[in-house]
Amino acid sequence: MNANLEQIKQEIIVGAEELNTSREVYEFKKKFLDGKTGKIGLLMKEMKNIPPEERADYGKGVNELKVWALDFLGELDTKMKAKELQNRYESEKIDISLPAETTTEGNLHPITLIRNHLIDIFAGMGFEIFEGTEIETDYYNFTALNTPQDHPARDMQDTFYLSPEFLLRTQTSAGQIHVMEKQQPPIKILSPGKVFRSDDDATHSPMFTQMEGLVVDKGITLCDLQGMLDEFVKKIYGEDTKTRLRPSYFPFTEPSVEVDCSCFECGGTGCKLCKGTGWIEILGAGVVNNKVLENCGIDSNVYSGFAFGIGIERTAMLKYGINNIKLLFESDLGVLQQLND
Amino acid sequence: MITPLSWLKEYVDIDVTPQELQDKLFSCGFEVEELYELGKDISKVVVGKVLTCEAIPDTHLHVCQVDCGEHGQFQICCGADNVAAGGKFPTALVGATVYATAKDHKTVEGVMTIGKGKLRGYESFGMLCSGVELGVSENMYPGAGYNGLLVLPEDAPVGADVKPILGLDDWIFDIAITANRPDCQSIYGIAREVAAVLEKEIKVPALDYTESGATLDGFTVTVDCPDLCPRYSAHYVTDVKIGESPAWMKRRLALVGIEAISNVVDITNYVLKELGQPMHAFDLSTLEGNAINVRRAKNGEPITTLDGQELTLTDANMVICDGVKPVALAGVMGGLNSEIRETTSSVLFESAKFARDNIRRTSRALGKRSDSSARYEKGVDEYATVMALKRALHLIEELGCGKVGATHADINTGNSVEPRALTVSIDRVNKCLGIQVPDEEILKIMNHLTFAPAIDGDNLTVQVPAYREDIETYQDIAEEVIRLYGYEHVVPAFMPSAQITVGGLNLMQKQELRLKKALCAVGAYECIHYSFFSPSDLDMLKLPEDAMERNAIRLMNPITEELSLMRTTLAASMINAIARNQKRGNLEGRLFEIGNVFIPYELPLTRYPNEKARLCVGVFGDKESFYTMKGIVEKVADTLHVKFTYENTATSYTHPYQTAKILCDGEEIGYFGKLAYDIADELDMRTQAYIMEIDLKTVSKWYGNKPVFKPLPKFPEEQRDLALVVAKEVTCGEIEAVMQAACKYITKITLFDVYEGEQIASDKKSMAFSLVFTPGEEAFAADSVDAFVKKILKQLNKNLGAEIRS
Repeated sequence: MNANLEQIKQEIIVGAEELNTSREVYEFKKKFLDGKTGKIGLLMKEMKNIPPEERADYGKGVNELKVWALDFLGELDTKMKAKELQNRYESEKIDISLPAETTTEGNLHPITLIRNHLIDIFAGMGFEIFEGTEIETDYYNFTALNTPQDHPARDMQDTFYLSPEFLLRTQTSAGQIHVMEKQQPPIKILSPGKVFRSDDDATHSPMFTQMEGLVVDKGITLCDLQGMLDEFVKKIYGEDTKTRLRPSYFPFTEPSVEVDCSCFECGGTGCKLCKGTGWIEILGAGVVNNKVLENCGIDSNVYSGFAFGIGIERTAMLKYGINNIKLLFESDLGVLQQLND
Repeated sequence: MITPLSWLKEYVDIDVTPQELQDKLFSCGFEVEELYELGKDISKVVVGKVLTCEAIPDTHLHVCQVDCGEHGQFQICCGADNVAAGGKFPTALVGATVYATAKDHKTVEGVMTIGKGKLRGYESFGMLCSGVELGVSENMYPGAGYNGLLVLPEDAPVGADVKPILGLDDWIFDIAITANRPDCQSIYGIAREVAAVLEKEIKVPALDYTESGATLDGFTVTVDCPDLCPRYSAHYVTDVKIGESPAWMKRRLALVGIEAISNVVDITNYVLKELGQPMHAFDLSTLEGNAINVRRAKNGEPITTLDGQELTLTDANMVICDGVKPVALAGVMGGLNSEIRETTSSVLFESAKFARDNIRRTSRALGKRSDSSARYEKGVDEYATVMALKRALHLIEELGCGKVGATHADINTGNSVEPRALTVSIDRVNKCLGIQVPDEEILKIMNHLTFAPAIDGDNLTVQVPAYREDIETYQDIAEEVIRLYGYEHVVPAFMPSAQITVGGLNLMQKQELRLKKALCAVGAYECIHYSFFSPSDLDMLKLPEDAMERNAIRLMNPITEELSLMRTTLAASMINAIARNQKRGNLEGRLFEIGNVFIPYELPLTRYPNEKARLCVGVFGDKESFYTMKGIVEKVADTLHVKFTYENTATSYTHPYQTAKILCDGEEIGYFGKLAYDIADELDMRTQAYIMEIDLKTVSKWYGNKPVFKPLPKFPEEQRDLALVVAKEVTCGEIEAVMQAACKYITKITLFDVYEGEQIASDKKSMAFSLVFTPGEEAFAADSVDAFVKKILKQLNKNLGAEIRS
């Protein structure tokens, strides 16, 4: 009997030599240890044919063989798996210097990026975003903004007319009139949108994007405009940026100012970008002309306000160093792919 | 506004450097766009006296010994015919810069630096210069126009810099004038501002003259259109002697870019530049009927302007007529028939105010511009109208070219040239600015502006000069105060008295941004195209004559025909963008645009049109297909938490069998499809393209949709794969609909394979679906899912003739 067990043991030892994979180890293991069909399993089934006085020894011998086999084959399995893992890794050796595979993601248009940035800044200051219509009437675009028919300021803007009454808005302030007509102060609105002027060269496009802001409330002064502008330029161009107001003219503001910020390229010492002046013109602004408030039914004895307008393309061109405005509207993928945030 | 410093100095004592003046003007609202020294390109040119001058044999050259005083004595070769011993000439030393001229000795070709030279064996250490080489014309310096050396006066100190002698040390300011300050469109107008900012007195130009007593008996001036001509003044001048203007006047005109013509004409131009008032001089001998009449032109009325151009007028134009015929196109140009000639012996001077809008329209409509019309377009005030006539008459006397007659006509619609009083509250001025400007500062500033201020308590009363038509309210006074007090006094504040407002994007704006970001995530780049497009784009899209898109709003004054219609579809711009990319070698890509289309309710417009936001996506390249585009459409639906369905449709610019209508809740919201092959060919496209448009204004009604949370299934889901054989025309959508109707437990149907080929009948196709069954309140019983499948197959067979693939 012991000879039989010993024979099985030798069979396992010899047979194991031939095993090359963990799968073979598994099959080999099954051949001996499967409860129903395995050779050791079958020995257990033989138990009932063993004379009762020999059963204890027989059982012990078979059990010892089983424990030994489990242990022996288990160890073999572990070794085999480790070897296989190693082989698998080695077979998957790669050249890490091969080019990357990327999933392409598109970009928002640079105008949208700048627009979103500005909206974020002003929304935080309590500005609502109002987009008016691109087609406006002469009244809302000019007359209500203190620019009647014979006003010299109409020459400043070459207007596209659709009919004697309707035109393409030359400024987004047209939409702000609609807001002021419907709503009493406090008003804080930001109006981004497309505007149109009959102008076409490297720095002018017949369509461009403006973002105008308007605040109307009690006690608003030129100092508040200066304070808000300081805050704004710091957020967009950096903490050290300074602003400078200088007199200008817009029919809907009085006093009117042109706002320069210290050059973000050279910090104000003078460079190519600021043409040696240390300053860059960024927007126009002013105290809202009372005539505009009165045109909208807002009592100028109680309320006052300020307004400002930023050209988005100019900001984008400065930010990305683009020298021709046309590039922004040509949708050339070679350009669009470069202009991400 | 070109302003020579030397001319400004006639009215103000300027004791600051040109650069300081530039800064001062800048800070008070007058940006100097360009500031340069007249002789900026000329250096190291001194007065040289030719001591000896010997001809070089067989050439036109002379070799000269030139005494340049402190700089030394030099041998210089010279080719000019007027070089002579004893003469004084501008001498460019070695290292000097002067203008290089072409062979004609007239055309300037750039700046050159003088070096040592050798001509015909003779060494030359410098150059004797002509006027052209120094940038000096005959009008700027008498004799400078000679095609040879510029001859300097005998008393010119040898060795001295020639620039002060020739006036090249003058400075030119090119000043930007804002539209509210037409009163500064003149040298004198600028001088008033300079005086204010430098706190100096302004010297008024001489306006006095003596009338001779000569009259034009029975002469009448009438204005039939006072709305277009609020003021018309005329004055009679006799004993006119047409001749040259004095050098000082010619020089000033030359500095501001005006060619001298004759004394009388030069006076009108001089007054225009000096005071900003256009003047006109008629040859009285050509005027018939002893009258001037200002009226609207008759429709079809002809006039020949003094540049010889024949124009046909309409009643939108204004003419100056004598008793019989038009003699000038008012405010724009005189008539050829009444032009000043050498023989002119008596003149009628006109100084008038014409409505700026009328001049502008006439000038644009007839394509006729002049210094006069440019000036009128900006607005002329009556103060200058009166002053200018006096100034012109003074100059007639000063130049001795005529006698001022006694006949004077002045048609005035009642406006005064006297200052008008304005009282404002100082408190309101300060509240507008947000700072307290001391009363004495306000007084000082108002005084420098010659506003004759007086303060009584909170009341500031000023006398606004007639030329300051822009000053009407306390806000205008606030601006005058702060621009001269200085913007650096403004103290930043942050709306301390304002109420809190809640800002940010509204739902529509937020969803639009989410949509844009979702499209970027599928690899699309955002584009922005013009809101206008071309009529030829409508043809490119092959839209039929009655297509809705052809009913587009037209610009009355487009830049070009290409940009003459408001967009009624975004597809054309997108297709053009794709074609442009392909031309530049970008053969694959994804683009999108969100923009408005403009749908008129009627044409011409009588109310706001329907301005609707649309989304347009264009994809192109070999990797794209109808289904990749459909994937983008589904991405839009997912982003907005809506479900789209599709139906076959057709457009004039897409593939007839690869175009789908997009529906949301049964409502049509857009389409997508493959670009038609003939259009792709016409645009030389090299890869296929697909286009999609969705009407966001319609979709926006679902913008409020939120994702709905469904609890995870409590019991395990089961999955079954079904391979079906169906007739080729059966669609995936139909099969899915039947499946869904047959079993309510189906929560997901995925088509994973379509096969047509040898293994099945030629009129059939095989479609393999994966179905997910999700149990409800209790787990599926052992065979229930098999029963569902059986039922589904039965329904598919009954409705669509589908068989299970064996």
